[in-house]
Amino acid sequence: MTVAALLANPSELTDTASSKCAVVLMTRIRLARNLAGAAFPGWCREAQREEVLASCRVALGATAAMRRSVNVPVAELTDLQKQILVERHLISRELSGSKHGGGLVINRDQTVSVMINEEDHLRVQVLRAGFQLKKAWNQIDTLDSELEERLDYAFDPELGYLTACPTNLGTGMRASAMMHLPALVISGQMEKVVRAVNQLGMVVRGLFGEGSDASGSIFQISNQTTLGESEDAILKRLGSVLQSIIEHELNAREKLIEADAPKLFDKIGRAYGILQNCHQLSSSEAMNLLSLLRLGIDLGLFPEPIRAVTDRLLIEAQPGHIQAAARHDLDSVMRDALRADKIRNEFAVVARPDFSLHTKE
Amino acid sequence: MASPLQCNLCGKPATVHLTQIVNSKMHKVDLCEACAQAKGVTDPGGFSLADLLMKASLSPEASAGAAGDCPGCGFTANDFKKHGRFGCPQCYRTFAGMVAPMLENMHKGVRHAGKVPVKALERHTLLERVAGLEAGLAAAVKAERYEEAARLRDELAEARRSAAKPSPGTPAPSPARR
Repeated sequence: MTVAALLANPSELTDTASSKCAVVLMTRIRLARNLAGAAFPGWCREAQREEVLASCRVALGATAAMRRSVNVPVAELTDLQKQILVERHLISRELSGSKHGGGLVINRDQTVSVMINEEDHLRVQVLRAGFQLKKAWNQIDTLDSELEERLDYAFDPELGYLTACPTNLGTGMRASAMMHLPALVISGQMEKVVRAVNQLGMVVRGLFGEGSDASGSIFQISNQTTLGESEDAILKRLGSVLQSIIEHELNAREKLIEADAPKLFDKIGRAYGILQNCHQLSSSEAMNLLSLLRLGIDLGLFPEPIRAVTDRLLIEAQPGHIQAAARHDLDSVMRDALRADKIRNEFAVVARPDFSLHTKE
Repeated sequence: MASPLQCNLCGKPATVHLTQIVNSKMHKVDLCEACAQAKGVTDPGGFSLADLLMKASLSPEASAGAAGDCPGCGFTANDFKKHGRFGCPQCYRTFAGMVAPMLENMHKGVRHAGKVPVKALERHTLLERVAGLEAGLAAAVKAERYEEAARLRDELAEARRSAAKPSPGTPAPSPARR
């Protein structure tokens, strides 16, 4: 399968929206794995990195899950293709910048992606729409076990899977949920949540990981520690933290409506107005407006089917996706115009929000 | 870390003092204005002390105790201070003295409690067996117990054969493998 075909294919993230993803947009688990007998990618001679790349690609291509996947060196991708893969959370910015020996293997429905020679020899990731820690773990566990038959993993009985950075030792597992928390942001409680979550050994980050901002009120929450606990225990702990964040978000929504419904509805109504009539729209403004619309869907102001459009646009309104849909190079002003056109057209048929559900009370 | 007024990262006077409680352990970090900015400490949304702590916990004594360069890849304790990453899997043995205290602050425990890759563990056991047989053989030869030595030599040859059995997908042995 080629990258072009992959990108044209429906993906887990852009095409599986349901009300089950209301607060948790998606769940991801990644495993860091390295081969015994080779230096870590950051300290590796170029020739050895190429060897690692070749053997990992062969091993992955032989697994049931990745048999008919995209399986390419990063060097073969265009900048635009890499950007789109980053926007879909399938590869990291670090990998997309790698010059020699980087590789990626991504399956057809884009639920599994493996980065080769990023910080570790292998970064295996499973991505699932909605709150699906268990399903994601089962899927990645199976693939990992199959890979282990074919590759000689660096493992120490005491320290677990050996990774380039000691913060990933042990299970090498980082499980995360991408959460939509507009009410906690609007009511100014996010800082408190971040602090509480930190105390429970979990980390809160922006949409694209370390150092990125949280536009659209979308956050990533993941486990901080990887050693000293089983995968199961980590996932349980994370799961209960996520559950309590969901409850806080839903409470915050109720309180917002109780305290000042007109103010909240005004925000959502205006977001709808802009999305339906804009002619210039930056990607961060688009994120924030789509986020408000999504909140409107959760509150029953818009019919449920609009969720699929909104969730797809959260991905497709990003710069790489807009550029890909155009025939020639765009500057940012042209991109903002095209983004506005696309969103305006998609929302042209969306009916006005129905506030009656809440105002009757 | 004698003076609390020094930045843990660059040694300049520290003006930002942080305390974070993770897994009911207290972590303290002192930073100068510039490092605090650079590490995103001022932004409560996206920062974890783990990375900072890792470097800050590397006191000069800890790295001095390390056994010099890693025989597997030539990595040094100073390289780790600079990059915050190790050079190869073997570094964890080479710098074990430096790693151990670091892990206590960083993780929930210091012993792996999760999944175990069957094949890698078998190899590990096999390598330990080879090392044991080698020692036994040397001792037997020294003590002129030749019958025992012959038996050990055969066992060793057998163990070495299975340890060296190349598996599909394994990269060619490099200088890093000993």
